[in-house]
Amino acid sequence: MLRIENLSVAVKGKQILKNINLHIAPGEVHVLFGPNGTGKSTLIGAVMGFERYEILEGKIYFKGQDITEAPCYERARLGIGMMIQRPPTIRGLTLRQMITICGATPEEVEKMAQWMGLSDFLDRSVNEGFSGGELKRSELLQLMAQKPDLLLLDEPESGVDVENIALVGRAANYILHNDSTPCSGAGCDKGCCSFNCSANPLAAPQKSGLIITHLGHILKYVPASHAHILYQGSLTCPGGDPLDILGCIGQSGYETCVNKGCRRIRK
Amino acid sequence: MSKEILQAALHKQGAFGNDIDLSQYDNSDIAHVQSEADISEAGKAQMEHVGIELDGENRSASFIQVDNAVLEPKVKAQTPLELMNTGVAAQKYPELVEKYWWKAVAPDMDKYTATTALEKENGYFIRVKAGEKINYPLQACVFLSHEDQLQRVHNVVIVEDGAELNIISGCASDPAVDKAIHLGISEMYIGKNAKLTFTMIHSWGENISVRPRSATIIDAGGQFISNYVCMEKAKDVQMNPVTRLVGEGAVARMNSILVAPKGSHLDIGGKVILEVPGTRAEIVARTICTGGEIVNRGTLIGKAEDVRAHLECNGLMLADEGYISAIPQLDAYTGNAEMSHEAAVGRIAPEEIEYLMARGLDEDEATATIVRGFLNVNIEGLPDSLAKKISETLDTFSYNKGM
Repeated sequence: MLRIENLSVAVKGKQILKNINLHIAPGEVHVLFGPNGTGKSTLIGAVMGFERYEILEGKIYFKGQDITEAPCYERARLGIGMMIQRPPTIRGLTLRQMITICGATPEEVEKMAQWMGLSDFLDRSVNEGFSGGELKRSELLQLMAQKPDLLLLDEPESGVDVENIALVGRAANYILHNDSTPCSGAGCDKGCCSFNCSANPLAAPQKSGLIITHLGHILKYVPASHAHILYQGSLTCPGGDPLDILGCIGQSGYETCVNKGCRRIRK
Repeated sequence: MSKEILQAALHKQGAFGNDIDLSQYDNSDIAHVQSEADISEAGKAQMEHVGIELDGENRSASFIQVDNAVLEPKVKAQTPLELMNTGVAAQKYPELVEKYWWKAVAPDMDKYTATTALEKENGYFIRVKAGEKINYPLQACVFLSHEDQLQRVHNVVIVEDGAELNIISGCASDPAVDKAIHLGISEMYIGKNAKLTFTMIHSWGENISVRPRSATIIDAGGQFISNYVCMEKAKDVQMNPVTRLVGEGAVARMNSILVAPKGSHLDIGGKVILEVPGTRAEIVARTICTGGEIVNRGTLIGKAEDVRAHLECNGLMLADEGYISAIPQLDAYTGNAEMSHEAAVGRIAPEEIEYLMARGLDEDEATATIVRGFLNVNIEGLPDSLAKKISETLDTFSYNKGM
């Protein structure tokens, strides 16, 4: 799905990422751990194709196609969808219009907004006056409409209360499995989600994800297959078990984990 | 007012805007057009462009003035409103002249009002009697068909207590006309608990100067909703309509959408005076510079206790030439006036464009979407066809992408 080869990226002339290699196969969900300021957002921003991330060297392939030079909107059209960490407000553009731009049909708009608890927000300007949790739900709602094949999530838990983390997590999971038919919604009980309980676990998932997380709460809802630590601009512990790595970071911190633990936990 | 005073006022420059030498124009009353049939096809298209339906089917009444000649006004049968040439109304109702003519706008205000006051009177007189609610909009078109024409218009609108009226005022010129000037005086009186919605759409030729002078007086519980749209190139438009809220609970809301392409100079303002307690006002302006010049004035004057008013002057620069000058002004004469303003002028934030691009829009589509959102003010009282027309114009108007 996504192949990054020897990628180095600079922001405002300063090199942030060095020689990154990463391969995400269809159906895989990868997690990116790492201390603040090591370039996690830079990596997924570079995959999305935002202009401020300057590719110094290396290549990015998506579905076998070299997208290193492709503008952001072409990547979106090819099937890359990104949850923006601090989305701007666009005054006068309603959430309903925004979801329609993302590709939702009028029926989907209503249905998906209901799942995300945003029905009352549809005719408000997108993101205007939204709380932290509402912003995340709005982002997930847009991605749900966009139906990307590669889902990029940048700290989906930040600024979100416990209840919303569950909703955000289940929504992300739904996007990754959305070939399955969602159930009716209202009154669906705990543990299961109103829109992914009928996800068919036997169907071979074809969609992929790359998730940045600090605390790992999202992993309770989105089963990840691989983890990496981005440390001082380089990827380490490639492909480790997400929960093992998370446990290691929690116990001994990033530095120790990277210096000593990687080989052990990689298995 | 004596003729001497008015004649002296012929040399008085306007308070704002470029001074215009009126002697270069033809101030005659020759009727170049006798009926609608004489208007060119291109001219008719322009009229439709500013919201005038020539078949008049969805309109309660129609008024057309071409240059300084008024065509026969049409009022649908059984419609309880009066519509006639202001000059005719002045003959018919001397008592109304005493009460309403030049009472909201001072005739010696400047050379433009004085020129209009001194000559033969043209324009529309509209009266809706107390309690009558007119369902369909009335349409009024002032149109320029003749080169170098100086057009004078004096409008008087009276919406009596409890009555309701929706006016669509479309102003345009024949594409064959290069240079001309329009002077338009409008005096509007809204009675107790009456409501007037007034939508003015301008689409003038590129070399036409425009000097409207409007004032509205609103009594207790009355409502005035004014919408002004100017999205086409116009050489020089200057106006600063005044609204006075003189009765408790009176409300005024003024929206404007202005687009200035290169070659346009728009000096557009709005002033609301809240004279008694419990009155409210809102002025919302959205301006876009695509190379032209915009001065956007907004003034709120709170003279009484418990008044509330808000003013927004927001501008978007879409070109590297031209300018937007947003000038909000708040004057409070009592401790209990709640007035606020918001003024912002700038370019489209790159994050907003990037956000939409991440959702699959290319840069042009993203820019157009943001501009549309920016101009998406809540314009109330527009018939669907007109709202659609404005929306289409918003979709298609060409902006300079000198980002």
